[in-house]
Amino acid sequence: MASMTSYESNINKVNESAFDRVFMMGNTAFLTIITVIILLPLIFIIAASFSSAEAVIAGRVTLWPVDFSLLGYETIFEHKKVWNGFANSLFYTFFGTIFNVVMTVIAAYPLSRQDLIGRRVITIAFVFTMLFSGGLIPTYMVVRDLGLLNTRWAMILPTGIGPFNLLITITFFRTTIPPELIEAARIDGASDFRTFRSIILPLARPIIAVLALFYAVNTHWNTYFQALIYLKDQDLFPLQIVLREILIQNSIDASMLIDIEDLVAREGLRELLKYSLIVVASVPVMIIYPFVQKHFVKGMMIGSVK
Amino acid sequence: MPYQVKRKGKSAERWGKFWLRIRRNWQLYALLALPLIWLVVFRYAPMYGAQIAFRQYSPAFGIEGSPWVGLANFERFLNSPKFEPVIINTLVLSFYSLIAGFPIPILLALSLNQVRARMFRNSVQMITYAPHFISTVVIVGMLFQFLHPRVGFTASLAQLLGQSPPNWMGDPGAFRHIFVWSGVWQETGFSAIIYLAVLSTVDPALHEAAVVDGANRLQRIRYIDIPGLLPTAMVLLVLSTGRVLEVAFEKVYLMQSPLNLGVAEVINTYVYKVGLLSPILDFSYSTAIGLLKGIVGLILLIAVNYAARRMTDNSVW
Repeated sequence: MASMTSYESNINKVNESAFDRVFMMGNTAFLTIITVIILLPLIFIIAASFSSAEAVIAGRVTLWPVDFSLLGYETIFEHKKVWNGFANSLFYTFFGTIFNVVMTVIAAYPLSRQDLIGRRVITIAFVFTMLFSGGLIPTYMVVRDLGLLNTRWAMILPTGIGPFNLLITITFFRTTIPPELIEAARIDGASDFRTFRSIILPLARPIIAVLALFYAVNTHWNTYFQALIYLKDQDLFPLQIVLREILIQNSIDASMLIDIEDLVAREGLRELLKYSLIVVASVPVMIIYPFVQKHFVKGMMIGSVK
Repeated sequence: MPYQVKRKGKSAERWGKFWLRIRRNWQLYALLALPLIWLVVFRYAPMYGAQIAFRQYSPAFGIEGSPWVGLANFERFLNSPKFEPVIINTLVLSFYSLIAGFPIPILLALSLNQVRARMFRNSVQMITYAPHFISTVVIVGMLFQFLHPRVGFTASLAQLLGQSPPNWMGDPGAFRHIFVWSGVWQETGFSAIIYLAVLSTVDPALHEAAVVDGANRLQRIRYIDIPGLLPTAMVLLVLSTGRVLEVAFEKVYLMQSPLNLGVAEVINTYVYKVGLLSPILDFSYSTAIGLLKGIVGLILLIAVNYAARRMTDNSVW
């Protein structure tokens, strides 16, 4: 992409027609509008979360905090359920991601080897699950019959291997590891286990980073459905389920609002709390996001090579 | 040497080689073992269990012990008053999302690809990708707050303009628009990544030649960039058409309320409610509906892929 940019600037220094200049202005305007549209709701939520309950309930907040206050955040930090959900989500994300990445890598490496008999059939067996599945209830029955219902295992084991992630990992191995390297290791007397551990894994670091991100964010941190069907016990709930109770079902522990006698103020705090919660829940991903953005992009590109 | 088969004819020799290759790679198969067990247990065992769609499942008898009922569960769904609205809602939401959500990322990618200023380009990318990383629960929570008739942004704005605040979240007529356009808001930037990647592989010589021939930027987009994107766009279109019956369960379910259920009940949410939420759980019936959806979806995907290959030479397989 860098080379493209330099050649572009070379051309455009020489001939930039009037039409092109106008076109580029329109283009910039278009991108600016899109960016603003995407930013607007985010700014509103953040602004409201730092406003006072009275300003929120009166609908006076637009794009800047009104009567700056941290009350919403203070209330959240006292909410045990939210913290419990946070801790559970961290647990599921951490161990779940390790499980996903290990499974994907140990499946992808053999399947990337051209000399493996049965490689095509097994790959197709994995990819087929992308197109067709037994369905919600039969999957639920398997989890139930294994005795995983209402345990932490139910949040980890069924996620296993994402076929798309498997495909990009296979593609990665096939395109970045020359067969000669593996052949050389074999001639030097290395077993496949040894080759995998000492040569493949160190080279796989970039794809492992991409996989970890995909799985952590898409499969674990941001999902709630798995927990919705497999978990009953409140203590096991991940953050997203707690968020659902508060943000969507509007059920807020009344004891949190008890200090406030005025009905309107109480209603205001109820809403204010939601704004702050939205911010708090998104902060972990948003903090790491700028650092990992380019890895995601790389992952998408590997996926598009196919 | 483990391989010492005497001349026993060609086929025996081939078998010997075959086994040798498998034996030589046994450690690779050992690595694959765990993933394969997982695949069978968590993906293929449910496919086997899906046979309860053709039985009247009762926990007392188990999967194999429950009596066969043929297609009764499927007929029940096809004749149920729920059938028509659920199918229509699913298709309308899907195609609306597809029509709105498909061209905009392409437009964004083409437009971003023109930008040379690195700072501007990177900031636009960073900001437009960001909503993808917000969870569905938070997105729907944001919708509720943003469009809240009293404390929402739309309410504040209406107040500033001296209008009465709208209550879109409570309006069944607005459900589809809110669902689709919030999806566009969330995914446009991220969907554009793949097109940007493809655009970066377009041969610069094409652009140079076009510039020499006096083509302006718009003409270069029209005759170089868009044709370059077409194969990728086609593949993605085929894939999403094959998934029209799979409306994002998580988001629809969160956005449902007693008010909008008439337009918001889709196949996936109905399967969930029949199977796991209703007072009398009906595993067989729910599985039958899910299976029907899965099979129709698979046929659809194969058909669309076939059509795409015949018409444009671009297909998934």
